[in-house]
Amino acid sequence: MTGRALLLRLGQMVFVLWVVTTLLFFLFRMMPGSPLAAYIDTSMTPEQQTILLHQFGLDRPLYQQYGLYLFNLAQGSLGFSFIYKTPVGSVLLTALPNTLLLTLSSLLVAYAFGILAGAFLAARRGTWIEAVSLPFVLASRALPEFWLGMVLLAILSFSFGWFPAGGATSPGASFPNEWARFTSLDYLHHLVLPALTLAIFLQGLPLLLMRSNMLEVMQEEFVVMSRMKGLSEWSIIIRHAARNALLPVATALALGIGSSIGGNVVVESVFSWPGLGRRLVEAVSASDYPLAQGAFLMIATAQVVMNCVADLVYATLDPRVGRR
Amino acid sequence: MSGAVVLATPIGGTRSLLARQVRDPWFITGASIYLAFLLIALFADVIAPNPPKDILFLADGRLAAALHPSAEFPLGTTTSGGDIFSQLIHGARSALLVGTSAAVVVVSVGTLMGLFAGYFGGWIDAVLMRVADIALGLPLLPSVIVLAAFLGPNTWNVVLAISALLWPNSARIIRSQVMSLRERAYIEAARAAGSSHLSILFRHIAPNILPLAFLFGSIAVGWAILTEASVSFLGFADPDATTWGFMLQDAYVSQALSRGLFNWFVPPGICIILLVSAGFFISRGYEQLLFPRLRD
Repeated sequence: MTGRALLLRLGQMVFVLWVVTTLLFFLFRMMPGSPLAAYIDTSMTPEQQTILLHQFGLDRPLYQQYGLYLFNLAQGSLGFSFIYKTPVGSVLLTALPNTLLLTLSSLLVAYAFGILAGAFLAARRGTWIEAVSLPFVLASRALPEFWLGMVLLAILSFSFGWFPAGGATSPGASFPNEWARFTSLDYLHHLVLPALTLAIFLQGLPLLLMRSNMLEVMQEEFVVMSRMKGLSEWSIIIRHAARNALLPVATALALGIGSSIGGNVVVESVFSWPGLGRRLVEAVSASDYPLAQGAFLMIATAQVVMNCVADLVYATLDPRVGRR
Repeated sequence: MSGAVVLATPIGGTRSLLARQVRDPWFITGASIYLAFLLIALFADVIAPNPPKDILFLADGRLAAALHPSAEFPLGTTTSGGDIFSQLIHGARSALLVGTSAAVVVVSVGTLMGLFAGYFGGWIDAVLMRVADIALGLPLLPSVIVLAAFLGPNTWNVVLAISALLWPNSARIIRSQVMSLRERAYIEAARAAGSSHLSILFRHIAPNILPLAFLFGSIAVGWAILTEASVSFLGFADPDATTWGFMLQDAYVSQALSRGLFNWFVPPGICIILLVSAGFFISRGYEQLLFPRLRD
């Protein structure tokens, strides 16, 4: 990728982020009701309410509010949550590690399984194994994630009692620091079911991609060449074909990280997992506009940045792209 | 990358592609599932023994709550005395309605945008594709939740929100197809014969991208149904509509999971899987449609 192409792509990313930020500002300003409705106490006198409106800058014209919003955002200030009564930034920062751990662990499992199973299915093309497993793979992509989570909860948690029914740690559990919390057995035990749910939903894409790429690559001249050299079929598959088939899978992984962070919303809700998606749903239901805006912005930023990373990965790994 | 999605027979038009599809066992399976659900939806009032929102009572006057499946209630009842089977039947109606209407909007907007961007190129292409970039940058489910909360909990607002976010996917695929068609000799000939831009676009190019649009539509039906179910499950959909997502939310908040009422929350999920995978079956083999960004 040339420097110019890189700059163009980064510029596009910044442009999209700016538009999303702006859209969000006007959308939330047009929401029904005063943005302070949930914050203002009925016992407050009109004077107190006016002072509060002034403090939040809500008595100024819209364009000044917009300027203030961008100015605060640039400094990392996202406002004050109505329901938590703390800065939005700190609410989101406690939720972010939970979402990242859930997303990354499920993607890791999904892609490791999907790549291996996809390569295997490509090698078994036209057999009964393919005929039996493909409909299941397609059906796994048609699953509503939250429903899969409900079924797993009902069986593995409520019937067998193997896993906790929700949350990230047991009630009353305390840890000396955050690191100890995330590495505790208790936390991992809570992580298994939501991560498994997501992994089952996510494995279909890398599996199908890997399979179709392998089928394509196996037709190419260098594979025919290796076969003529007398290399064993598995050595061709692993050492030559798989490498070339992995490129679109790597791109899909980058895109997957971005879109899963937003897509986690339902799974986090089913398992009461204290992540970004759950905070967003909570905030929208309770009309906590600053928190909803902040959570949405964080999820959208992750997706826009990962879309850009996906393009860069693609351009770096595939020499044919970007040299036009 | 050539940038173009190449169909096996792009010039054969809709008829030959469909003829080939009709013999495919995957296509037959998918189409039969669609047809079955269509019949259920059309005759929902006849098939369902009870109105879906009715609270039912037993002969002795007790609330018919959390009953096991029986002859009278084939799938049992909910904890608040609703007939699960009747709700399931009526759910097919709204699922098909949401799925097909969102798919029609997504595909028609996407096709028009793709046609214009791909055919005219230049600034029209640049503007349309930047708008598409923005829509693709928005996270699907969170955006639909926020839009539904803003516009009001109504099924059509959910359809509108889904359509607003999904059209760029089809626009990008159609665009690259149009860009390769534009260079063909017969388009060149039509131009030389004095055909106007609009005539070339709609009489010579559009018929060739219809199969692609049709296949994309069958996948979009599934996306729309899944998204609508998620939005209903999170409680941001029309509380008066009987949808599978609403049934699942009802079961979840009524502790159906800890009580082991599988007869309540398993059937709606199975129906969603069947209907959504029917679209995937129909479009199988056109995998580039499933992940457009990867091939673009």
